[in-house]
Amino acid sequence: MTKVGKPERMIIGGKRLDGRELEHFRAISIEIGNLKKAAGSAVFKFGDTYAQTAVFGPQEMHPKHLQNPEKSFIKCRYAMAPFSSTERIRPGRTRRATEISKVIKEAFSDVIFLEDYPKTSIDIYIEILQADASTRCAGLNAASLALVDAGIPMKNLVSSCSVGKVDGKIVLDVGGLEDNYGEVDMAVATVADEDKFILLQMDGIVTKQELSKMLDLARKGCSQIFEMQKNALKEKYKIGEGDEQDE
Amino acid sequence: MENSELLIKERELVIPGQTLARGLEYLPSSGTFRSDQEIKAKVLGLVRVKERFVSIVPLAGVYVPKPGDGVIGLVKDMQTTLWILDINSPYDAILLLGEAVDEYVDLNKTDISMFYDIGDVIYAKVLNVSKSKQVQLTMNDYRARKLIGGRILKITPSKVPRLIGREGSMIELIKGETKCQIIVGQNGVVWLKGENESLATRAILMVESESHTVGLTDRISELLGKKGE
Repeated sequence: MTKVGKPERMIIGGKRLDGRELEHFRAISIEIGNLKKAAGSAVFKFGDTYAQTAVFGPQEMHPKHLQNPEKSFIKCRYAMAPFSSTERIRPGRTRRATEISKVIKEAFSDVIFLEDYPKTSIDIYIEILQADASTRCAGLNAASLALVDAGIPMKNLVSSCSVGKVDGKIVLDVGGLEDNYGEVDMAVATVADEDKFILLQMDGIVTKQELSKMLDLARKGCSQIFEMQKNALKEKYKIGEGDEQDE
Repeated sequence: MENSELLIKERELVIPGQTLARGLEYLPSSGTFRSDQEIKAKVLGLVRVKERFVSIVPLAGVYVPKPGDGVIGLVKDMQTTLWILDINSPYDAILLLGEAVDEYVDLNKTDISMFYDIGDVIYAKVLNVSKSKQVQLTMNDYRARKLIGGRILKITPSKVPRLIGREGSMIELIKGETKCQIIVGQNGVVWLKGENESLATRAILMVESESHTVGLTDRISELLGKKGE
């Protein structure tokens, strides 16, 4: 893949570079429970952004001095694979990865019932296998499904999407070149389709009106994501017709 | 209360955050929580409604010890007067010498590894779980004993009732067809020993993977019957 320069215009006749409408997502695909060794796992794809997550625990917390006798501890690790982008990503801790791990951890500590498993740790691993913008959103969506798959008690799912401003227009699900050359990129996560934001990060400059417009769009986007997550979960554990009364 | 209503059917699959019932008439039981007027699901699982209580049988999750549970544990450490066991849970369990042995033990003369040694597998009962999740076991139960030989399987702890079946129907079926001794711990550890261990293993793993589906008993007896001939 060669590096592409800045296109002259990114929105032509109401269509974006990849032919999408302004308020449409890229193709989304979800797979739950694809890893056998982890307690819970999921893959979430936004177009060419692939996020693989795995959840372990609740398990004994190490190091022991960080054990909390009243609640569980979340360990979250977000990392991009070396081959995930056009240039090699140096493996290991970076400033960016540490920051994203931290905000994702804080988003989940609002929805997980941490007090149900005192002294334990819940480990969330998010690996970005291929990055094409909105990686933290894909990671959050996948991690939320992996937590459900692991049977961890939660108040609700977490749904996330990005909104941005490209060529002066507000768009949903910023992808590829729009992330590199657009004016604004904002990642938003909500508690399912409720009106509660648990993550919001933004690059760029917007006016107050634009921001509230972007938040409205993000809310709409997140509730669409939530529907998809819900359907994926129900699909995975389909029950046959009839009623069996075994105890 | 008049305006209480149940929004789901018995045995319906629900996901975390889904509203199960509205109003104060219903009460949240395991796997659910109350948020204002509503009862919502905490975990993915099948709903169970018993009178006023709404609960969820989870499809995944770890084992949290409860007093009275029979569990299978692996001795992983030993101190002068106690054993530490791994009971397939985030919390380790301890078995005190006094709860394990009836006779008088002179600690100056005996090494307690003569009773249970590191690496032994024990079926024991949970005596007590403190608020800080200190788990104590006891051997003071007619079923409690050391398990010798055989093999160990691990299944999802929440699926143990399904493996046992109503009044033990499922486990008796597997025991009878495979002529194996099987002990199921509430912690999801299964011990089996006997003639046809591999067939029993396959049957148990099938129960685990298809526990939420209908007509499982028939499929299990088919699996056992076919291979038995």
